[in-house]
Amino acid sequence: MAVQTAQVPARPRRKPALFGLIPAGKIERREALWFWFFISPWVIGFLAFTLYPIVASAYFSFTNFSINKPPEWVGLANYITLSRDSVYWKSLQVTGYYTLLSVPLGIAFGLMLAVLLNQKIPALGLFRTLYYLPALLSGSVAVALLFSWLFNPQFGIFNMLISEAVGPNGLIPLGLKGPRWLQDPNWVIPSYTIMSLWGFGGGMLIFLSALQGVPTALYEAAEIDGATRIQQFFNVTIPMISPVVLFTFITGVIGAMQQFTAAYVISGGESLGAPAYSSMFYNLYLFSNAFRRYRMGVASAQAWILLIVILLLTLAMFWASRRYVYYESDEEGAI
Amino acid sequence: MATQTTSPTVRSAAVVLRGGLASKRRREQIVKYVSLTILLVGLVVILFPLVWMISTSLKTRVEVAKFPPVWIPSVPQWENYPMALTGQNRFDVYFWNTMLYACGSMIGEALSCTLVAYGFGRLRAPGKNALFVLVLATMMLPGWVTLIPQYIVFARLGWIDTYLPLLVPKFFGSAYLIFLLRQFYKTLPKDYEEAALIDGANYLGIWWRIILPLSLPAIGAVAIMSFMYHYYDFGGPLIYINSQYNYPMSLGLQQFQAPFGGTAFHLLMAASLVTLLPPIVLFFVAQRYFIQGIVVSGVKG
Repeated sequence: MAVQTAQVPARPRRKPALFGLIPAGKIERREALWFWFFISPWVIGFLAFTLYPIVASAYFSFTNFSINKPPEWVGLANYITLSRDSVYWKSLQVTGYYTLLSVPLGIAFGLMLAVLLNQKIPALGLFRTLYYLPALLSGSVAVALLFSWLFNPQFGIFNMLISEAVGPNGLIPLGLKGPRWLQDPNWVIPSYTIMSLWGFGGGMLIFLSALQGVPTALYEAAEIDGATRIQQFFNVTIPMISPVVLFTFITGVIGAMQQFTAAYVISGGESLGAPAYSSMFYNLYLFSNAFRRYRMGVASAQAWILLIVILLLTLAMFWASRRYVYYESDEEGAI
Repeated sequence: MATQTTSPTVRSAAVVLRGGLASKRRREQIVKYVSLTILLVGLVVILFPLVWMISTSLKTRVEVAKFPPVWIPSVPQWENYPMALTGQNRFDVYFWNTMLYACGSMIGEALSCTLVAYGFGRLRAPGKNALFVLVLATMMLPGWVTLIPQYIVFARLGWIDTYLPLLVPKFFGSAYLIFLLRQFYKTLPKDYEEAALIDGANYLGIWWRIILPLSLPAIGAVAIMSFMYHYYDFGGPLIYINSQYNYPMSLGLQQFQAPFGGTAFHLLMAASLVTLLPPIVLFFVAQRYFIQGIVVSGVKG
């Protein structure tokens, strides 16, 4: 910085060029040039793998298009087809239900665990590691298969344990039977939610580091004012970590809306979305249209609707949170 | 007015003092034991699926379906493992394919993201902030929006059933990892760079000799996140990889699922468990990088 101020008076200052993108001073210009050099991989990648595909898929969404035929303009036909497609509406409903169920529960469990672990407890490191272990594994095909085995209606351990406890010859003979989990349309989404909750240790780690960032002076002040632990949690902890909760909530919603792997693996790749389309997540139906039925135009329309929904939801979440999220300083804005 | 607002405070402070520290300590002790009990019960619940996975993988086909459930197989069936991993399912081949994909992606992303993040984190140029907002915006972008046009281009190039469509884009940065590294770069002191500039070094030299060595822990965290993501990735290979000899393990496992209840669960669990071992080992070896990556990603939203 000292270098610049020494240089500037020595030579006549040029005017910034190209809408101010090329700065005036020689040293600034060199630095800007290096900036473009360093970010050039991203610029190329953005143009080739993001911008071009987005524009192209917007165009495809207005065409009748399958891999082997050139696209043919059909106007809004794909969007109209989707609006009349009951499976499409079902996929929206399934995805919405899953998101509403799994994201808040995941945050609640993660936060509770983080609060429990944010105390002076023996073997804290071990607890943290073991609770995180499932989060490390979830998202893999192996875990989806593991849960499809646990949820198996006849031989799965969940129903075996239920029978042992409250079955006809069980510990308390109530004659109850476990649900058919992933094979019962009413139980499919709760089952997927249980599977996603298994990985709640990831949220725990994020919340734990946020909790450790809350100044202890605030708790001491609250204690002197006679606040109970519960009052402290709701009036000190929650406001102080609210930005982290919001961030986790938004990324959680975006993630849940794109559930694909487990749903594909569990329906065996044969009858996607089975039973009775109750596991037809949004992206599963998109995949099915694009790569099973080669309706690339319809699938592009689906992708674009998803993009717009995610955009609107994110904006809405930021807007709704303005009143509830506390930012200590707003000098850096949202970033 | 003043006396009204202060009086409850004074009163409760007096209560704390008079109530004695003994009862407070006792209360804290109880909270601690209740917490420990909840944590231990929770741990049993959460680790149970993994224990059951191990148990199933060592059973015979008959034991798998027995009621009441068999907890410890009478004779551990170790041969389930070679049976699950060889024969029709060539997990040795799948393993190397997975490694090619995960390591290739990791190298590509780590390399490109350190470069790009250095530009965004430490260099000044007009329009930088607007561009960075664009980077952040692409983080929200669902991958499926760009997938179909990408697929068509890669199909035209004849890249289907190779790892090129999955690997090549990784060398052009990933928004999320760029963001994480940039946050780290912003915390480094500026002095080193200025000194090096006066000594006549250029920015590439500074990046290579000064920034890179200082940011190895952050790069480690990013590299591990990238590796893990691609190690598990199922959607990408599902779309681009067709022939069995090119499968990664995620696609290989999916092959086990037989429709209409014909699945051999003991073999399926054996193979699944094997695919989870490398991440577990990696986690215990490089735990600090894992935790760093997750914590950084959440806190600075």
